[in-house]
Amino acid sequence: MTAVDITADARRRQRSLITPEGIDLRLEIASVGQRLAALIIDMMIIIGVIVLFTLAAGFVFGSMTRAGEMIAVIWLLGLFLLRNGYFLAFEMSARAATPGKRVMGLRVAARDGGRLRFEAIFTRNVLRELELFLPLSAMLAAPLSGGGGDVDGWIYVLGLIWCAVFVFLPLFNADKLRAGDLVAGTWVLRTPKQKLLRDMADDNAAHQPNLAFTPAQLDAYGIKELQVLEQVLRTRDKPTVRAVADRIAGKIEFTRGDVTDLEFLRAYYHAVRGRLESRLLMGRRRKDKFDLS
Amino acid sequence: MSELQLKSQRFRREREADWRRLEALVTKAEQRSAGALSDTEILAMPVLYRSTLSALSVARATSLDQALIGYLESLAARAYFFVYGARSTPLEQLAAFFARDWPAGVRSLWRETLIALLITALGAAVAWGLIASDADWFYAFVDPALAGERDPTASAAALRATLYHQEGSDGLSFFATMLFTHNASVALTAFALGFALGAPTIILLLMNGAMLGAMLHVFISRGVGFEFGGWLLIHGVTELFAIVLAGAAGLRIGWAVAFPGDHSRLEALSGAGRGAGAAMMGVVIMLMLAGLLEGFGRQLIGNDLVRYARAAATALLGGLYFYGPRPAGAAR
Repeated sequence: MTAVDITADARRRQRSLITPEGIDLRLEIASVGQRLAALIIDMMIIIGVIVLFTLAAGFVFGSMTRAGEMIAVIWLLGLFLLRNGYFLAFEMSARAATPGKRVMGLRVAARDGGRLRFEAIFTRNVLRELELFLPLSAMLAAPLSGGGGDVDGWIYVLGLIWCAVFVFLPLFNADKLRAGDLVAGTWVLRTPKQKLLRDMADDNAAHQPNLAFTPAQLDAYGIKELQVLEQVLRTRDKPTVRAVADRIAGKIEFTRGDVTDLEFLRAYYHAVRGRLESRLLMGRRRKDKFDLS
Repeated sequence: MSELQLKSQRFRREREADWRRLEALVTKAEQRSAGALSDTEILAMPVLYRSTLSALSVARATSLDQALIGYLESLAARAYFFVYGARSTPLEQLAAFFARDWPAGVRSLWRETLIALLITALGAAVAWGLIASDADWFYAFVDPALAGERDPTASAAALRATLYHQEGSDGLSFFATMLFTHNASVALTAFALGFALGAPTIILLLMNGAMLGAMLHVFISRGVGFEFGGWLLIHGVTELFAIVLAGAAGLRIGWAVAFPGDHSRLEALSGAGRGAGAAMMGVVIMLMLAGLLEGFGRQLIGNDLVRYARAAATALLGGLYFYGPRPAGAAR
């Protein structure tokens, strides 16, 4: 997550979790779209496994008498175990996430910041029955049973509406909790793995005497602009670098001579960061260029 | 060169090795399990975690390197979940569940259990009364596929035959599996439906009771009540209690939604979910046992008295396990 990417949306999804050490971890709630994607991946895995097992069972027991019974047992038990055990087993692991959630960089956590208990995982997945499998089977069963007069039709519609309340619950609360999360006291967070990227100030190795800035020139920008500049230096897109360099040089009225755009920007980034950080030490955090404190 | 360096750059250079080490440990623990870490690594983890947390708060206060702060935040969160997440191994959790959490969960539901029991009894009584007045009501309560030959038109001899029906071992495993998955789904649904203010749970309990009442009426009116009792109770003690417990857990959830008391609804819900969740895990285990008893035990044990003895033993042991007095030390 870089400064440029922090939109109003991401800030709205930020929650503070104070560790026992007293530090705010600023966690991010997973969006409904990410969770839906994770669920679809998980369901595809489950369906794939069922198909594979059915084929394998047919292959192994196909030659035996009573093959039908063995396959039926495996199928029934396997379906039950997969449907209920898949989520349980994966969310119990150290990562507290199913493969689908791992792909999306999500994990389950206890809302109170404490330990994620086994009962909580169990509860949140039992309620999946109500939110996912019940509506699905209701949707499939009613039209298939066929026949039925007007009354059946109405009951069917009412049932669908009733199910929809649970299905769409996550859309209507700020923490994107589904019924299972509500009862179990859990929530789903985004904790993507992040690599330690290079410090852009390290690039300014060669000191150039003609790149000295006056305090007034360094005070032209605040932290927000500095972070945008960091992003520009990181991506190093030529036209952008040129445009930004021209813009800054114009604003601070700096004559660059024969220094390249990139060198100029690196030196300026380094100098501004040094100035802003030293003011930070004095307790003054200059938000952006309009902040005149 | 060195005077050119910012304080934040030097800070990062000094501490970076620690962060990398913590990252490697967390990645290892996440990819395999906590058990994959050696003793020294386990000991190093909290120390590295705390140093990373302090680095994070220093970085937030003094550094403007966005990449560094983002990295430390994600690393600290991952390590936090590990350090405060895995306090016990799955085996210890399992032991604690059987020794403490399950009976405690069941005991905490005693009020709801009584209510669920009453609702079931009410369903049974209503069904009994209605069938006594008109035998056709039977078909309203019992699914014909489940009833088989056990309907009001059957003779006493035919009914007796269904109780001692020897299917041999043929088809038994399938039968047991089907019973288990069916009952478990019903129980889990009864629990989950509790979320809808408990009303669907009550209906499910009533229907379950009604089916029981209908069957009881059919058998007792033909004078095979004693034999039916043995047939039913050998697994029914476990199974009926499991379904009542599932209903009780559902009612507890529904009650928390409807009447949260002094807490907010969210707190009341997650509080109710904790005890009820443990009881529900137990319910699934009980149903698994009941399915085995029903599929194998009942078909293989033909003697009424043995069936009753088996049922009484289950009731006694189960009752002691859930509600029996415990040494003071065991209560947390």
